[in-house]
Amino acid sequence: MLAKLLSASVLIGILASGVRLATPYLYATIGETFGQRSGVLNLGVEGQMLLGAFFAFYVTLVTGSLWLGVLAAAVVGALMGLAMAFVTVNLQAEQGISGIGFYLFGLGLSDLLFQKLVGTVKTIQGFPPIYIPVLSGLPVLGPVLFQQNILVYVAYALVPLAWFVLNKTTLGLKIRSVGENPQAADSLGISVAAVRYYTIIQGGVLSGIAGASLSIGLLNVFQQNMTSGMGFIAVALVYFGAWRPLGVLGGSLLFSMVNALQLWMQVVGVPIPPDLAVMMPYVLTILVLMVTVSKVRAPSALAKPFEREG
Amino acid sequence: MSKKLYVLLSVLLVAAFVLAACGKAAPAPSKTEAPKKPFRIAVVLPSSINDLAFSQSMYQALLAVQKKMGGKDAMQFVYSDGMYKVDDAAAAIRDYASQGYDLVIAHGSQYGSSLQEIAPDFPKTSFAWGTTVDTFGMPNVFAYEAASEEGGYVNGVMAAKLSKSGVLGVIGPIETGDASRYVQGFIAGAKATNPNIKVNVTWTGSFSDVSAAAEAANTHISAGADALTGTAQMVVGAIGVAKEKNVLWFGTQADQSSLAPNIVVANQVYHWEVVLTKMIDLIQHGTLGGQSFTINLKNGGEVIEYNPQYNLPPEVKKAAEDAIKGIEDGSIKIELKK
Repeated sequence: MLAKLLSASVLIGILASGVRLATPYLYATIGETFGQRSGVLNLGVEGQMLLGAFFAFYVTLVTGSLWLGVLAAAVVGALMGLAMAFVTVNLQAEQGISGIGFYLFGLGLSDLLFQKLVGTVKTIQGFPPIYIPVLSGLPVLGPVLFQQNILVYVAYALVPLAWFVLNKTTLGLKIRSVGENPQAADSLGISVAAVRYYTIIQGGVLSGIAGASLSIGLLNVFQQNMTSGMGFIAVALVYFGAWRPLGVLGGSLLFSMVNALQLWMQVVGVPIPPDLAVMMPYVLTILVLMVTVSKVRAPSALAKPFEREG
Repeated sequence: MSKKLYVLLSVLLVAAFVLAACGKAAPAPSKTEAPKKPFRIAVVLPSSINDLAFSQSMYQALLAVQKKMGGKDAMQFVYSDGMYKVDDAAAAIRDYASQGYDLVIAHGSQYGSSLQEIAPDFPKTSFAWGTTVDTFGMPNVFAYEAASEEGGYVNGVMAAKLSKSGVLGVIGPIETGDASRYVQGFIAGAKATNPNIKVNVTWTGSFSDVSAAAEAANTHISAGADALTGTAQMVVGAIGVAKEKNVLWFGTQADQSSLAPNIVVANQVYHWEVVLTKMIDLIQHGTLGGQSFTINLKNGGEVIEYNPQYNLPPEVKKAAEDAIKGIEDGSIKIELKK
C-alpha cells in the first residue's frame, strides 16, 4: 500500500491538490499577517470569507461575470474590514471577542442572503484552469504548478509582493513599527489609526477574495458555512508562519499537502481509520504551533488597543 | 433611573417573546371555529430545506403528506433548518416539545443523544428521529431509517456498466447510518456487475464540508475514476467538480439532476411519506412511539429516478431494473457489515 502511495502519479496528485487547496489559505493568511504585524488580531476572517464567497457567487450568477464576482467579494470584504477597524481602532474593543462577533455576523448574513436571493443549491461556471504555454507541459511541475485557475496564480504572486511591501517599503516599516511599539511610532508622527485602518481593510479585501477563490474558483457552488473553519485555520497559520509571508506560504502549503495526502491514503486504501486520516492536518498544525510559539516572538502590540497618552 | 431601566428591559423582554413566538410562523390555532384540531408537526433539519439531499427529502415528504391529508386544516408543520450545530438543534427540539406539537422530528442521527435527554421530559409528545433503529426503549420515541444500500446497489450496477476506466469513486461523510449503508450497497452492486472493478472510498469526516467533498472528488478523478457517487449535503461540492471534469455522478437522498444535467445518471430519492403516514396514524390512535420504520424500494420509500436528460443505454437501464426487481423479490441480498 505504501509503495502505491509513493508512486509518481500519486505524488504529483498530492502536490497538485496541495497547491490548489492552499489558495484560499494564502489570501486569508497574507491579509491576516498584515493585520497582525500592525498589532490587530482579526478573528473574523471566517465571516469575511463566507460573505466574500457568497457575494462572488451571487454576482457571478446574476451578471455572468466572474471578475465582477471577485470585485464584489473584495468590496464586501473591505466593508467588513472597515467595520472591524472602527470597532477595534476607534472603540478599542477587545479584539478576540469582536472578531468572533464579526464571524457570527458573516456566517448568519451569508446564509440568510443565500436563502433569500438564491434559494436552492446551484452550480456556476467558475474560473477555468489556465495552461501556461510551455511550462504546463513540463513533467511533474507542469500539472502541479502551471495548470491552475487565475486566482491560484494571483495568490502565489501575492507572497513575494507581501514580503516586499512588509520589508522593503516605508509602508511596511510603518506597519511593523505600529505593531511593535505604537507609542514610539505615534511620537514619530505615524498615525497608528490610519495604518491599522489600512491593514484591517486590506485584510478584509483579501479574506473576501479568499472566499471567492472557493465559491467561483475551486468549488463553483455556494453553501451555508462552506468555509467550515478555514478562516480560523488561517489565523493559526499566521502564528505557524511566524508572521512572515514566506512562513505563511510554507504553513499553508504544508497544511494543504497533508490534507491532500490523507485523501490519497484513503483512495489507495492505506489501512488507517478515516477519522484519524481527516485529523492529520489539524494535529500537524497543533504540533508545529507548539514548537514555533516558544521560538518566535509575536508582534509586541498584538491584540492591544492603542490609546494616545495625555 | 433604574426603575425606567427595568421598565424598558421588561418591555424589551416581552417584545422578544412575542416576536419569537410569531417568528416561528406557527399560526395561532383558532380554537373557536375549527371543530377538529389539525395534526401539528415540528421538524429540526441539519441543513437547508433545499440542500438537494437529506433535509430536502424530509421537507418534501412533509409537504406531500400535508397535501394528502387535506391541506393546512388537517396538518400543519413548522421547521428549523440549517441546524448543523447539535446544541442549537437540541434547544429547538425542547422548544417545539414545550409548544405542544403532536410530533417533533429530529432529522439527523447526530441528534440522538439530545433526544434521549429531552424525550422523557415530555411524555405526552411523540418524538421521531433518524436515521436509526434505536428508540432508546422509550414509549414516545419513533425511529426511522433508510435501507439506502438498496438504491446504492442499483447505482453501483449502473456505474460498473458505464465505467470505461474500471475505477469508481465514492465520497462518504462519516461511516455511520444511511451513509455507511449506501456506500456498502454501491460497492456490492458494482462488484456483482464487474468483479474486477475498483471502488475507491474516501470519508470526509463531515456531512457539510463542501470543500472537502470537492477535493475528494478531484482526488478520485486523478486516481482514474470516471464515475462518482456520494452521500450527505456536502456532495454539491463534488458534483461541481464532476461537472467540470465531465465524469458521471450517481445521486442519493434527493434528485440531484438539476445541478449537472449532463453527467447525473440516476438518483435514489427518499420518500419519507411512507414513514410519516404510519407515525401520524399511530399517534392519532394513541401510540406515541416505541417502533422503528424503514424505507426501501419495495415499500416505495425509495425510488430510483433516472435523469431524463442523460442518455442511458437501454441495456444499462435493464440491468438497473433487474436489480430493483431482484432486491424487491428478495433474490438479491445485500450483506451489511455490523
